[in-house]
Amino acid sequence: MLKPANDNPPPAARTDGRAVLELTVANHPGVMSHVCGLFSRRAFNVEAILCMPVGDGRQSHIWLLVHADTPLEQMVAQLLKLQDVFSVRRHEAAHDVFVRLEEYFRE
Amino acid sequence: MFNLTGAEIIVGLLERQGITTLAGIPGGCNLPLYEALARCGRIRHILTRHEQGAGFIAQGMARVTGAPAVCLATSGPGATNVLTAIADAKLDSVPVICITGQVPRAMIGTDAFQEVDTYGLSIPITKHNYLVRSAAELLEVIPRAFAIAASGRPGPVLIDVPKDVQLQRFEFTEWPAPGQPAAPPAVDEAAIAAIAERLAAARRPVLYVGGGVVACSAGEQVRRLAERASIPVAMTLLGLGALPAGHPLALGMLGMHGARCTNLLLEEADLVIAAGVRFDDRATGKVREFCPHAAIVHIDIDASELGKIKTPATAVLASAGDALAALLPHVAADERPAWRGRLESLRRDHPLRMDGCDDVRTPYGLIVQTAALLDDEAIIATDVGQHQMWVAQAYPIRRQRQLLTSGGLGTMGFGLPAAIGAALAAPDRTIVCFSGDGSLLMNIQELATAAEENVNVKVIVMNNNSLGLVHQQQELFYQGRLFACDYRLKVDFCAIAEGFGVPACDLGTAADPRARLAEALAAPGPRLIHAPIDVNEMVFPMVPPGAANRDMIGGATHVEACK
Repeated sequence: MLKPANDNPPPAARTDGRAVLELTVANHPGVMSHVCGLFSRRAFNVEAILCMPVGDGRQSHIWLLVHADTPLEQMVAQLLKLQDVFSVRRHEAAHDVFVRLEEYFRE
Repeated sequence: MFNLTGAEIIVGLLERQGITTLAGIPGGCNLPLYEALARCGRIRHILTRHEQGAGFIAQGMARVTGAPAVCLATSGPGATNVLTAIADAKLDSVPVICITGQVPRAMIGTDAFQEVDTYGLSIPITKHNYLVRSAAELLEVIPRAFAIAASGRPGPVLIDVPKDVQLQRFEFTEWPAPGQPAAPPAVDEAAIAAIAERLAAARRPVLYVGGGVVACSAGEQVRRLAERASIPVAMTLLGLGALPAGHPLALGMLGMHGARCTNLLLEEADLVIAAGVRFDDRATGKVREFCPHAAIVHIDIDASELGKIKTPATAVLASAGDALAALLPHVAADERPAWRGRLESLRRDHPLRMDGCDDVRTPYGLIVQTAALLDDEAIIATDVGQHQMWVAQAYPIRRQRQLLTSGGLGTMGFGLPAAIGAALAAPDRTIVCFSGDGSLLMNIQELATAAEENVNVKVIVMNNNSLGLVHQQQELFYQGRLFACDYRLKVDFCAIAEGFGVPACDLGTAADPRARLAEALAAPGPRLIHAPIDVNEMVFPMVPPGAANRDMIGGATHVEACK
């Protein structure tokens, strides 16, 4: 299930037990469907998702905020099987990318 | 310099991939592709009666040869009809390339006639999929699709091509190289050494092998390892034939309908070497209680399978064949008299009970007698249901790729078109399709295709006028409340087959049914063999869904097993 990141309490207070995944992917219209579909189909939870093209626009970065207690290794293994996913990097949940987005989600 | 349309590029690339036969149905949005096929004239097209039939014919070809096979469908209903066969290929890791027509690019998203989001629908059921946006892209996409389908763990790839892309002209100077499977990952020698050490220390080791062994033709490595270190070999449904039935170390199929001796031996194992398997619930039963005393070594070419269901003590990311070949030199000969003695005593006390195996009018008898009338060159396809499990238990599968069956998805309707595909790929062989009355009716229209192509397919319909496995489960687990499983109408399968131009015979009315069976199997071309069976026959033993494999019901009394 994809869940919005603006549940209470606010995201910054809930970084425990979570991780940030940074994916480098091919930039074409089906990629988001592939990545989101993988998570919903395998019942992995995603708290937040962010996607932007990088460089000359042939690749994108997708940032995912996920529960670290779900079988994260299995998630990464499944992601790496997608032909359009080139790499997956794992960061700690305190990573800036979602922390700094927080202000856009304040009510 | 070439100046070709997208459709001509597709056909050219298919030829360069070595495709000589494909199956499909034309329609509005793939007509340019069909025109290009007609102009080319060198690829044999099998016109099926339903796109699902085309998908399973491609599967039949791919399962027999191991190489990618192709099916075609038009947009909309053509695409949705073929999806079941594609999902089936995904779950059983079969390399199939499906090329669908799509409405012209300018009409995508307008709910145009016969428009459906084929790309979106096929994401979760393919290894990869494409929506091609220009004729130029085809030069990259088609070879890549073949490479993806056949690399690592094989699987289906769908290519959706809008009609205007099929018509678009593109100029290019050179054909790309055909797509080839990527080299498998290198074997981690340290992990192999760790397995060898575990095996040397183990007293009760078992090999648990599946479709991944068949996919890389590693049966020979399985046999050598098993024989050298005296390791009994249990096979999944898709692994049958990895070690020939009848080999002293072959345990046959494990799991829900495995022989008692097989499941009981696994229960006692102290080491399980799992190769090319995915710990499917039909094989493992209640997974926490699967081989409860064993350390698990898992070899698979798909990294996401390692640790998905069971945490292995040692994991090896490699093709089963490469890993077992690397392991062999580290393994010393070991007679294991105690463990082999245990195997023999379990076999003696808890054999597979095959009642009636000398009477062709019983399920086991029909299967065993059919096998006796054929040699190991024959290819056996099944549909899904009781007949499938009886075949898996009783038919002596003695080589890899001999048994074609829908394992993961369990698709009724698989058997007949898969058998036709097998016959197209191996025209010199006899193909027997064991089916049930429920399954056969799900793709019976392909009898017309079988007659038209005059394929050497013998369909044996085990007819209990019921969805037998549903009947069995309602009987066993739903207090015998039989509902929606027995048909009220008795279909005349022989008359239907004759109507399609397929000669039929009825073992139920034959004075000498075995002779009638022999005659039908020996005749060239397609045949339907009608074999009535008792609706109260059940597949035993059976592990109830969700139970541990040791908790088998049925098939327990001591009766001499058939030779």
